[in-house]
Amino acid sequence: MWILGLSAYYHDSAAALIRDGEIVAAAQEERFCRVKHYPGFPTQAVRYCLREAGITLDDVDWVVFYEKPFLKFERLLETYHAFAPLGFRSYVKAMPVWLKEKLFQKRELTQSLRALAPHFDAKRLLFSEHHLSHAASAFYPSPFERALILTMDGVGEWATTSVMMGEGRLIRPLKEIHFPHSLGLLYSAFTYFTGFKVNSGEYKLMGLAPYGEPVYADLIRQHLIEIEGDGSFRLNMRYFDYCTGLTMTNRRFDRLFGRGPRRSEAEITQMDMDLARSIQSVTEEVVLKMAAALRREYGIGNLCLAGGVALNSVANGKLLQSGLYDGLWIQPAAGDAGGALGAALAAYHLEHAGERVQHEARDGMRGAYLGPAFTDAEIMRELDRLGARYHPLNESELVDRAARAIADGKVIGWFQGRMEFGPRALGARSILGDPRSPVTQSLMNLKIKYRESFRPFAPSVLSEDCAEYFDLASDSPYMLLVAPVTAARRRELGEAERGIRGLDQVHLARSNIPAVTHVDYSARVQTVHADTHPLYHALISRFKQLSGYGVIVNTSFNVRGEPIVCTPQDAFRCFMNTAMDELYIGGLRLIKTEQIIDPDRVPPAVLPGLD
Amino acid sequence: MDFLRELWAFMRARKKLWLLPIIIVLLLLGGLIVFVQGSALAPFIYTIF
Repeated sequence: MWILGLSAYYHDSAAALIRDGEIVAAAQEERFCRVKHYPGFPTQAVRYCLREAGITLDDVDWVVFYEKPFLKFERLLETYHAFAPLGFRSYVKAMPVWLKEKLFQKRELTQSLRALAPHFDAKRLLFSEHHLSHAASAFYPSPFERALILTMDGVGEWATTSVMMGEGRLIRPLKEIHFPHSLGLLYSAFTYFTGFKVNSGEYKLMGLAPYGEPVYADLIRQHLIEIEGDGSFRLNMRYFDYCTGLTMTNRRFDRLFGRGPRRSEAEITQMDMDLARSIQSVTEEVVLKMAAALRREYGIGNLCLAGGVALNSVANGKLLQSGLYDGLWIQPAAGDAGGALGAALAAYHLEHAGERVQHEARDGMRGAYLGPAFTDAEIMRELDRLGARYHPLNESELVDRAARAIADGKVIGWFQGRMEFGPRALGARSILGDPRSPVTQSLMNLKIKYRESFRPFAPSVLSEDCAEYFDLASDSPYMLLVAPVTAARRRELGEAERGIRGLDQVHLARSNIPAVTHVDYSARVQTVHADTHPLYHALISRFKQLSGYGVIVNTSFNVRGEPIVCTPQDAFRCFMNTAMDELYIGGLRLIKTEQIIDPDRVPPAVLPGLD
Repeated sequence: MDFLRELWAFMRARKKLWLLPIIIVLLLLGGLIVFVQGSALAPFIYTIF
């Protein structure tokens, strides 16, 4: 049975295709249409999934949308009703969107699907619930036969936090927290207040947190959120504007902190860093309290996570460190894109009683390498068209040259195999560098990624060598766990260095892998396994032979404001528009100094700007 | 028609028939707004729908 899952019309449209419960392909539409967080119908992602499977839409038994539009409309109406007459302005802005588009999503979905298969029957279209989709994406691919499932995000239909129990092929809902009380929206409110873009700047806030102190955490607990002993919570809506206004926070919120939201172009102050640290600490408190209470209440030793809050790898790392659960598995596409996959899996197991698939690997996600791959012939054809100069290499030469380049301090593009599903680059569409160099972080931030200098980079470490570098008691193949750098690797700061505050701390080397050591001695680790990406594993192993270090810097292959590259053309354009030294794409090596820049053939990428 | 039938079935299943008068009033008002304004772009910092 073929089932196609879809996520669309909110954030991160995506498509995922499964066959008898086995994941065949999954991809986000943004990678194809080159618009970050693209919200429209994922036409190109659907086409790709079908192509990968070698089928047409007529062969697909069911198409499943990841949420229920009517339930969302119900929530919207009841919210306006509850706050009326407040919220009229918001209502005036929201209603046209609903009356023209959102209320008729079934029709719109059917029309879009009929553009791909003219005889598509609307009876083959099913609707899952937003949090059930998240939960299914977290449980079914996990290695657990039985587990608790915790999903937390901004909001879906009504639920913002859900607890479910997964057992065999079944998922049973246990409890929920409903809108407007939302941990995701609380975090997003601070993202907005500290001047970052809601729904994409949350990572920046998390990265900024270690530069600050949690001086506002008590104020947040006293006024904004009431946290119970079991981790359940209520927000004090008097401070928030998102139910009835156009912004996240209101004037009362400004008065509480003695200032308004930071403008995106304004300088980041110590107060922003302290706010980041404070909200991060409150978020961790909620996640940990809830996880502990669930462990006590249900006595189940495995936990699966999904929903946007599960991308908070710092909170995930603390949860792992707490030792509350024997097994922790987090869906790599924990945001709404992953809902497409979950919707398809929920339909297969719950609606059609399909049995769980036994995974031979560590889970059912195939390392999250679920997107398109390109053959060397296809890559060469594309590079020839773009006028690129390249050198074909065999696999061992390729690995050797790339490892040597990194060891020489060069920054390389690495485009190998199937594209990742989810927000993290895991060695298929990555930019790689030397973790030993103290200048790698600022070089990569400013000359290659064109982003803020404070943002940390993540290490890809050989899974077998992980304990040498990081205090991490688990595999982390999806870069969703932050762990401390081991004491033996750390470098103590001198007297003068300890006095440095704020963003200047980024220049201090804190370990012998400074490029991946954040200011609090932490790192967002990806463990690399020979069975999921053998070529990437071979590259790091070769780097280890050359340098003695089984770890490299891995960041996503894109510049700020642009989605991760998908095709050889995207990769070449990004390569040519940044200070990257070399590009390893399939079996080909490209050297920057050999390329002739022809603006007619290689149009400039989106120019780096503020996002 | 399909849409109205589904909306009716939804409200019955959810036991939310009390929403009906609100929906009618809101839809009328909403329809008026759509008619007057014509744009379906929402200028929210973050849309919750």
